[in-house]
Amino acid sequence: MKIEDKKRVLREMVLHRRFEERCYQAYIERKIGGFLHLYPGQEACCNGVMEAARPGHDYVITGYRDHVHAIKCGADPKEVMAELYGKETGSSKGRGGSMHIFDADKRFMGGYALVGGPFPLAAGIAKAIQLKGGDEIAICFLGDAANNQGVFHETLNMAALWKLPVLFVCENNLYGIGTSIERSTAVVHQHKRVAAYNIPADECDGQDIEVVYEHARKAVDHVRSGNGPFFLELMTYRYRGHSMSDSRGYRSREEEELWKQRDPIFILRDRLIKEGALTMDEFEALEKETDAYIENEVIKFSEESPEPRVEDLEKYVFADRETQLPWLTGKAA
Amino acid sequence: MANIMYWEAIQRAHDEEMARDPLVICMGEDIGVAGGTYKATKGLYEKYGPLRVMDTPISEGGFTGLGIGASFLGVRPIIEIMSVNFAWLAMDQMFNSAAKVRYMSGGQLTAPCVFRSAGGAAHQLGAQHSARMEKVFMGIAGLRVVTPSNPKQAYGLLKSAIRCDDPVFINEHELMYNMKGEVPDGEYFHPLEGSDVARAGTDVTLFGYNISVHWCLKAAEILDKQYGISAEVVDLYSLSPLDREGIKKSVSKTHRAVIAEEDEAPVGVGSEVIAIINEECFFELDAAPVRVHSALVPQPYNHTLEKAAIPDHEDVVKAVLKLFGKA
Repeated sequence: MKIEDKKRVLREMVLHRRFEERCYQAYIERKIGGFLHLYPGQEACCNGVMEAARPGHDYVITGYRDHVHAIKCGADPKEVMAELYGKETGSSKGRGGSMHIFDADKRFMGGYALVGGPFPLAAGIAKAIQLKGGDEIAICFLGDAANNQGVFHETLNMAALWKLPVLFVCENNLYGIGTSIERSTAVVHQHKRVAAYNIPADECDGQDIEVVYEHARKAVDHVRSGNGPFFLELMTYRYRGHSMSDSRGYRSREEEELWKQRDPIFILRDRLIKEGALTMDEFEALEKETDAYIENEVIKFSEESPEPRVEDLEKYVFADRETQLPWLTGKAA
Repeated sequence: MANIMYWEAIQRAHDEEMARDPLVICMGEDIGVAGGTYKATKGLYEKYGPLRVMDTPISEGGFTGLGIGASFLGVRPIIEIMSVNFAWLAMDQMFNSAAKVRYMSGGQLTAPCVFRSAGGAAHQLGAQHSARMEKVFMGIAGLRVVTPSNPKQAYGLLKSAIRCDDPVFINEHELMYNMKGEVPDGEYFHPLEGSDVARAGTDVTLFGYNISVHWCLKAAEILDKQYGISAEVVDLYSLSPLDREGIKKSVSKTHRAVIAEEDEAPVGVGSEVIAIINEECFFELDAAPVRVHSALVPQPYNHTLEKAAIPDHEDVVKAVLKLFGKA
């Protein structure tokens, strides 16, 4: 990666980290309700892959740990936070919440809360691309535990069969909710599982963004060149629990500390310092600047935004009635 | 007016819509090269090719989700689920993805897809190939449910369902694909909402949908000729939403109601129609409404037991006579 790109991505990753940590705080303050699945520790995965792809052009879909993927695709952090606050200005107008961030204009096709649910949706998006003849690809980010669902295998089969332009990114963070991969899955290395479908696959360190980027570039090129699907496994770790009620009793603090020594942001920071492109002072300033932006703009916007109107409770269940009248009443022109 | 079969009507709707819009596609098990289990997609593979007429693997959850995902980008898939019993495997995608995506995205995405499936009990197909499941689909916010009782509806409802931006589930019936009926020669769009008065009457309303409309019509004939009872038959082709106004209008006229459904009674069309009658026109009633429904058993294989489990026109007649104190 070029120095200026690495510096830009470092800035983004710091935003992603601080955004998530601020969500944690807002949750404790009961500003955010429901479930909240946070991304710290895995930032190099989404950033590395999307640096190799075209955010806003390629279609991205993921599970419930979705805030950072949305922001990386171009969603406004203010709207993502406002969604967590349940406000009308939120990216899904307060109807979706943390697990259902959407930004169709930026081709972020949403976060879905059934584990594995996005697999066939991603293949369907790829099918639509194939029919329309565009050069976009579909990228499906999911965790390792999703691969134990039946639709994983159904989707791999169809994607390979029809040579669909879809990249499956498996962020293997070693835990499915509170059960370790060794205790839930017969094969720890997920890329081995797709060999049966004749889908090319690769695995790499998910903590070093440059490593992710290099592997993702090959994966994206493969899919965009019309060769069909690709499966990329990234070995990573989530620092926080699965969701907010999770006290992480299923793993040791030593294990967590070991992973934190390979923190994706620090790896990139230290490399840039070593390359003479960044000083520690600059990094600390960046963190402060990011916090100020989150506080003064993102949180302020979310706090001050209006609630949805109760009169609009049933809005968005169906398409706008007026536009559908010919089919609802049979009085087509 | 052409006199064609139910399956031909469905095939014609596919063909017209696929010829008009290259983003209309169809998918399902055996629908292409094999021409479809019920012939509803006959000849389409040859005409539109494998990219648009997709023979899918036997992966209901997978291919249904794939169709839904394609619909997010404006593709209009007609997804055939060979038997409604297999739809259980696709329900996660139908309910959690298609029906909810518009709401949970604040109106940004929509899933304009059509799910077609053969529901209903045929002949001795046993417990896992004979389910009636309309009750399951009609309780889901964001999903429209229609069920054609004749070829004209089969054609017109599919045409409208393809054009509509909402996901629509079309409940067909295994025993009705060869039924003949008049279908307009010109393009025709059947309303996705409302109900039809299939036969006008004054003494009692018989509510039916899909195959039970035919039991009701036959019962009305018998009631008229043998007992001098004038029965009105209301065809509830839209199960979600149900036509509150239509139900109220007919019951306010006849003051008596029988609901005939092939499904089991609990949490079904009958219970829902009676709830609507209670809410809309309770004081118009001269007698408590009655449900005619199947027994609450997994469908038996044995022919005699199967017949005993499923109601028919005679059960509708009996219910009406009881309502009038004549039985």
